[in-house]
Amino acid sequence: MTIPFSYIIRNLITRKLTTLLTAGGMALVVFVFATVLMLEEGLKKTLVETGSPDNVVVTRRSAETEIQSIINRDQAAIVESQPEVAYGNNNIRLASKESVVLISLTRRESNKSSNVLIRGIEQTGALLRPQVKIINGRMFKPGLSEIIAGKSIAERYNGAGIGEKLYFGKREWTVVGIFDANKTGFDSEIWGDADQLMQAFRRPVYSSIILKLNDPKNFPDIKARIEEDPRLTLGAKKESIFYAEQSQVLSNFIRYLGVALSGFFSVGAIIGAMITMYASVANRIMEIGTLRALGFRRNNILSAFLTESLILGAIGGIIGLILASFMQFLTISTMNWQSFSELAFGFTLNSTIIIKSFLFALIMGLIGGFLPAVKAAHISIVESLRAV
Amino acid sequence: MHFLKLILRNTLRHKLRTGLTILGIIVAIVAFGLLRTVVDAWYSGAEGSSETRLITRNAISLVFHLPIKYQDKIKKIQGVAEVTHASWFGGIYITEKNFFPQFAIDSKTYFNVYSEYIIPPKDLTAFINDQKGCVIGRKIADIYNLKVGDTLPIRGTIYPGIWKFTIRAIYDGIETKTDTSQFFFHWNYLNESKKRVIARSANTTDWVGVYAINISEPNRASEISNEIDKLFKDSLAETHTETEKAFQLGFVSMTEAIVVAIRIVSYLVILIILAVMANTMAMTARERTSEYATLKALGFSHGFIAGLIYGESLVIASLGTLIGILLTFPVASMFNAKVGTLFPVFGVSLETIYMQIIAAILIGISAAFLPASRSAQASIVEGLRNIG
Repeated sequence: MTIPFSYIIRNLITRKLTTLLTAGGMALVVFVFATVLMLEEGLKKTLVETGSPDNVVVTRRSAETEIQSIINRDQAAIVESQPEVAYGNNNIRLASKESVVLISLTRRESNKSSNVLIRGIEQTGALLRPQVKIINGRMFKPGLSEIIAGKSIAERYNGAGIGEKLYFGKREWTVVGIFDANKTGFDSEIWGDADQLMQAFRRPVYSSIILKLNDPKNFPDIKARIEEDPRLTLGAKKESIFYAEQSQVLSNFIRYLGVALSGFFSVGAIIGAMITMYASVANRIMEIGTLRALGFRRNNILSAFLTESLILGAIGGIIGLILASFMQFLTISTMNWQSFSELAFGFTLNSTIIIKSFLFALIMGLIGGFLPAVKAAHISIVESLRAV
Repeated sequence: MHFLKLILRNTLRHKLRTGLTILGIIVAIVAFGLLRTVVDAWYSGAEGSSETRLITRNAISLVFHLPIKYQDKIKKIQGVAEVTHASWFGGIYITEKNFFPQFAIDSKTYFNVYSEYIIPPKDLTAFINDQKGCVIGRKIADIYNLKVGDTLPIRGTIYPGIWKFTIRAIYDGIETKTDTSQFFFHWNYLNESKKRVIARSANTTDWVGVYAINISEPNRASEISNEIDKLFKDSLAETHTETEKAFQLGFVSMTEAIVVAIRIVSYLVILIILAVMANTMAMTARERTSEYATLKALGFSHGFIAGLIYGESLVIASLGTLIGILLTFPVASMFNAKVGTLFPVFGVSLETIYMQIIAAILIGISAAFLPASRSAQASIVEGLRNIG
């Protein structure tokens, strides 16, 4: 025989303010917890999906990012002519020798400057990233001072919108197109013709070479050959891994901060739940005695109070998740420490995060309600009926 | 007097509840203080920087360098007292986790410009005379247990290979907010190595990262900046000069989104604990409804009742805050020890303590607001009928 569920619900309804405040405190903690997980997920999604598993990035062996890497023209020619490189339509080699640097641009809202990654590509560069689509204007023409800007850069930076002009490397560059890279890291980049940019920056070296393999299984072969060639001081990585690694520092930072905060904050919320549940027990000593006299057992009482605090947790969890789901409309843009350049990413909510956050809320409720429930279960019938 | 006594007695009536609430406030205040300190640490680079020092960088962005011959040209400008330069090295000490900034510097002038770095004169001479020597900050020396004479291997990410340096000096900061987590070595050494090994890859020899300029006429900072930039206008490497403070704030603004997020979260923890505290006060007031009615029947005013509730709430909030503030210091230094050189300067500021006190008063007052106005307005008859 268990205590009716409606009894538990009514207890919570009777003390609306208390219920609301306790659940509200937990909701805020769940909100922080879920938001942090969503942010980490959003960052990972952005950078992991930037790379394609069929592509290979070749950079200088010691370099962790394209910015740090230097590849000479003769080295680039050797890499490009490896037999594993795929051929596309019209028999063009699917390899793009790219020059990646940072330029300092000012933000539209604050006029403060930030580093934006600018990538000089060959015509094949666009073929290697099918997720990138021009949504406004057109592709830049090789040989001209033309550039195209990623969606989030065009929105945020002065001079990066379509038809606008940017001045760098002693030249004026016209933004002739805006591209959408489907929320990948490329959305935070500017692209132009590699030869033009290298000339303007007086930097006669490439930063990286992107290759498409004719068969992804050949990756170990090409990697070994490139890394063992004494003429090259280069290393090869799958593009997906290359970008995933760039998310590590920032995502670790977000995760550690998030775990520490949620841990800290949950102590507050658990204490809130404890206070509420202790009061709930103290106010109902006579009721508990009556229930016991009616034949309900100690464990019925225990589970009734635990259920009550679990419901508090569940309400908190639901409110917190609803609040957190609104964060999906926001985009964060900050400097990625590893690449030293601006990166825009969003909050991503998925079922794992929903389950994790909800469990977190229930655990807070459970811990907060445990001691008071034990106390309730151990009240002796005679004493409790005497209580006034 | 009786009023105060009554408040204190009331506070002690539910020892468990009061204790739990205070515990919650302590946790929240410590978390709040820690988060504010993290935000402060973010700005510490800018905080410790000088208004009378100018930084000249390449106009395109920091990844582009400046010719060494600019040093003499800048020095000839009127109002310039001393010019030195520093180049980012980007090396790793054993693993990526051991982060500290490394700069290749002009060893003869650097410590004249950065006079806040204190080095014993004989160590400085030893450093200047050893081409492969280096100078490290006190914080690095403490964290990695290093002393003068030790060899420090650094793996280059931009300049490949393992570079071995001998520690010739350890510098101390003139103030506690001086950054002592930096590593300096001879730019000449880097440049000579580049000539030998990397010369053919990119024309980066005889180039430096940024110039740091001490000016003798501080009120002409912006004029001198403009003069420097005008001097190199239309040259191969155009410059951008600003005060060191503006330069450092530029870094902070690149990661502004993170700072804003931490700020918001620091207010959230106050909200969470406010919910817990308000709940405590609501329960307290509800239980004492009949008591308050009795007091009113005896002739005490509404204000007296409200005062009792506000007083109790403030007593609990201030007690928790006091302990919280005291605990912030050990927790902050523990946190600092844990994160190593991530934040060069990390200390609880006076402003943070003021913010904590303000938070406590706000919590105390707002938590009592609803229960106090409810109890003060409740009619005597209804109150006396209440059975709790």
